Amino acid sequence: MMNHSQPQGADYNYTIVRQFALTTVLWGIVGMSVGVLIAAQLIWPQLNFETSWLTYSRLRPLHTNAVIFAFGTSALFATSYYIVQRTCQTRLFAPKLAAFTFWGWQAIILSAAISLPLGITSGKEYAELEWPIDIAITVVWVSYAVVFFGTIVKRTTSHIYVANWFFGAFIITVAVLHIVNSMAVPLTMTKSYSLYSGAVDAMVQWWYGHNAVGFLLTAGFLGMMYYFVPKQAGRPVYSYRLSIVHFWALVALYIWAGPHHLHYTALPDWTQSLGMVMSLILFAPSWGGMINGIMTLSGAWHKLRTDPILRFLVVSLSFYGMSTFEGPMMAIKTVNALSHYTDWTVGHVHSGALGWVAMVSIGSLYHLIPVLFGHGRMYSTNLINVHFWLATIGTVLYIVSMWISGVMQGLMWRAVNSDGTLTYSFVESLEASYPFYFVRFLGGVFFLAGMFIMAYNVLRTVKAPKDSLPAIAEAKAA
Amino acid sequence: MDYGTLRGIITIVVMVTFIGIFAWAYSSSRKQQFDDAANLVFSDDEQNSVSKDSGEQK
Repeated sequence: MMNHSQPQGADYNYTIVRQFALTTVLWGIVGMSVGVLIAAQLIWPQLNFETSWLTYSRLRPLHTNAVIFAFGTSALFATSYYIVQRTCQTRLFAPKLAAFTFWGWQAIILSAAISLPLGITSGKEYAELEWPIDIAITVVWVSYAVVFFGTIVKRTTSHIYVANWFFGAFIITVAVLHIVNSMAVPLTMTKSYSLYSGAVDAMVQWWYGHNAVGFLLTAGFLGMMYYFVPKQAGRPVYSYRLSIVHFWALVALYIWAGPHHLHYTALPDWTQSLGMVMSLILFAPSWGGMINGIMTLSGAWHKLRTDPILRFLVVSLSFYGMSTFEGPMMAIKTVNALSHYTDWTVGHVHSGALGWVAMVSIGSLYHLIPVLFGHGRMYSTNLINVHFWLATIGTVLYIVSMWISGVMQGLMWRAVNSDGTLTYSFVESLEASYPFYFVRFLGGVFFLAGMFIMAYNVLRTVKAPKDSLPAIAEAKAA
Repeated sequence: MDYGTLRGIITIVVMVTFIGIFAWAYSSSRKQQFDDAANLVFSDDEQNSVSKDSGEQK
């Protein structure tokens, strides 16, 4: 069927993929370290050392920006540039522009790392960066789109593999979301005011916010899943036809779910209900995709016993299934009345961010790094296994503690005495949360420790002499 | 046309589109094409790793 004289590995542009793959590990450690620090600050407030740029309020956006846009997005750059070349069987389009996306993105990360602790912020969640950085993001992102779609145009295969559809949707939608939500009137170089106001501003912000989750943290990583799960399992995806229905249903539905962030606010009631219903329907394509990924292993389940990389990928899909069940449930207005503004939301986000986004990226990187540096396998499979358990235990500690603490807070806040006064003050609910904050901090430490082990394993793999790390199957045969 | 009618029409258009995509994806004439597409993940590998993969699938 396929043309067998297609380009081999040596012809692909792996330089850009290597750069983004290694910075993914670096930014992962940086972003998660800040996360662990602010988790500790919630238990021991004196850890801000009375320094303005070390306060929780400034480090929290630094943490979210670092893990989403530095760690997660670097992983997406690396895997999309790799997958689009290999499934289109052609070299990356415009290599100089691709190099620009790498250095441009790193410059944006550094400017965020400087401006956010200084307190320079536009105050919009997940879009805190001020207007000059927003413009730089737009320039780099459009370059990314040119490189990615240029590569698709010059492909030598007739079909565009499903992973590229997901990456394509992610790239286009993030561009639209970023440009619309960042529209602002600049006052000075470091201060601007949003073009929108009131309920419209809130709606635009959460249309952006939820689709950053839907297209950056979901569609992009599903692209990763549709390549690396079949590749690591050694068999094609369970149902390619389901993947097509999955794609169109997911991209058509996600865009409407944003209003569930604004239940019981000044947003019109009908908009809230629409957001709730669309979030509930979203459960179907989400689980369709998860089942498609997990069922790819049918007939190859035994590989989970020996392959910790596959375990990372499959457990990430399990967490994806859990979060995409929890999400629609929390979007129901009556459930949201209990969960909103509590730690339950924080737990939900991290079940997606640690369990799904980080674990699918980590699994993909363990597959990717030996290929990029000309080895058959990672330096140590045992260390991958240790990392797997640290990541899994860390995620479970994190989300379970936040579930308990969140439900407890929700119940305490709504409790009223017979005369109508509140049973508990806010501070009482905060005090009751401390034990759970400690468990959350512990979960974060576990997860971060795993990232350090990964960094060591990656370093040893990159520095290993040629042919010293043969593929495991080949080693058995020898 | 009032807003209710417009909403009804949009609902039908969206439903027909979805059923259309579903029928297109699952029509038997495209089965071979999609099976080939699913194997794009492996088709650019070196010969030896391809045979290794198919050997493990038993």
